[in-house]
Amino acid sequence: MHSLNYHKASNASEAARLLSGTEDGKFLAGGQTLIPAMKTRLAAPSDLVDVSGAADLRGITVSGREVRIGAATTHAEVAADDALRKVCPSICDMAANIGDPAVRHRGTIGGSIANNDPAADYPAAMLALGATIKTASREIAADEFFVGLFETALEDDELITSIGFTAPAAGAYAKFPNPASRYAMCGVFVARGDDGVRVGVTGASADGAFRAGDLEAALDGAFSVDALDGISVNAEEMLSDIHGDGVYRANLVSVMAKRAVAAVS
Amino acid sequence: MSTVSMTVNGKAVSADVEGRTLLVDYIREHLRLTGTHVGCDTSQCGTCVVHVDGKAVKSCTMLAAAAEGAEVTTIEGVANGDLHPMQKAFNDNHGLQCGFCTPGMIMSGIDMVNRYKAEGRQLDEAAIRHELEGNICRCTGYHNIVKSIAQAASEM
Ligand SMILES: Cc1cc2nc3c(=O)[nH]c(=O)nc-3n(C[C@H](O)[C@H](O)[C@H](O)COP(=O)(O)OP(=O)(O)OC[C@H]3O[C@@H](n4cnc5c(N)ncnc54)[C@H](O)[C@@H]3O)c2cc1C
Ligand code: FES
Ligand code: FES
Repeated sequence: MHSLNYHKASNASEAARLLSGTEDGKFLAGGQTLIPAMKTRLAAPSDLVDVSGAADLRGITVSGREVRIGAATTHAEVAADDALRKVCPSICDMAANIGDPAVRHRGTIGGSIANNDPAADYPAAMLALGATIKTASREIAADEFFVGLFETALEDDELITSIGFTAPAAGAYAKFPNPASRYAMCGVFVARGDDGVRVGVTGASADGAFRAGDLEAALDGAFSVDALDGISVNAEEMLSDIHGDGVYRANLVSVMAKRAVAAVS
Repeated sequence: MSTVSMTVNGKAVSADVEGRTLLVDYIREHLRLTGTHVGCDTSQCGTCVVHVDGKAVKSCTMLAAAAEGAEVTTIEGVANGDLHPMQKAFNDNHGLQCGFCTPGMIMSGIDMVNRYKAEGRQLDEAAIRHELEGNICRCTGYHNIVKSIAQAASEM
């Protein structure tokens, strides 16, 4: 790892101010992606501004069905939050299966979506829940936020402060983990809300998480496992690698979508 | 270089380290507490697990500076005169062969038992196996590790 200057921010505005004074600095949250990337020198920031202890970036508030999750809230905190589980158990269960316990104690929702790994779980949830990503200066709809492989709508140095969404009437996430890395080979988040069904898919596409329009239309017609018979995504647009080819992954999308629907219906 | 201070195994410690110094290097190289191991250095294996403010973390994937002011417990800090029930259980059940993964297994084991107890949840065999996903053992095949944690869970 290259040498760097470490700074600790106690709140969001201090984090932004500290970062703006650096040459090529980056925010550090849980470090569960950034530190491994720095060890291999895929990332070599001059400075790190640690936001994991920023008080106004932490915590979960639920009022009615409106949910707000601070960007520096850990996966373990999302998994264990009773108020959140009452209105949206699917996101708690999803967080409980990210990586392993030690990763969940450090890794954060903000870090996960800022990183937008094509096999990460949260992007699928954000798309299916129709979440809004709040930054220090604006609000970005999830549909506009996830741009491509490790790419988001964030400007350089733009800090995610929180994530907001309306808890759906029902939802579930089904994940087929890669047995070695535990990341998703394919993960499908199905949410049935007032405006219809939304289906977010991760792990399967070479371009990162996406919404599966054909599956949404089928489930809007009838919210049942059978409604998904014969409906899938275009195998040519799916990722082909040593873990599975496009046809295999397209099939996984259908199977995981069915499992998610079965879990809620 | 800056001075990073924390409490390790109940003792106040302090060392001058670089911003990039990992918590595991602070523990091993500066404090000479070499019970915490580095198996992979790529965040996969869990031999480096310690508790920071009561939570299991991979000390190879955390900067020492980020632990400023924290309460850290390493494998050297769990026994209190007698062996900790988790250590004794690994001994009773032959929960190790070469022992390289054992410090991490014990720290993860204590963490999972504490959490499940606090939440009033049942730590059955399936739960132990799920909770051990971040701890790799190249020797044992895990069966005796799972047995050890189950025994300790009933005694802790
Ligand atoms: C062994 C292992 C297994 C894992 N398994 C999974 C898995 O199954 N599923 C999964 O989804 N993930 C998995 N992960 C990744 C994990 O979820 C990470 O926690 C997450 O991807 C990044 O979150 P972080 O808080 O650690 O961010 P960091 O590593 O600190 O940062 C990641 C990136 O986000 C930026 N960033 C952080 N916070 C903000 C913010 N508030 N605003 C703007 N930018 C920000 C940083 O600058 C950096 O570029 C795994 C990781 C490990 C080590
Ligand atoms: S050495 Fe830290 S996880 Fe392997
Ligand atoms: S006992 Fe040898 S690695 Fe686990």
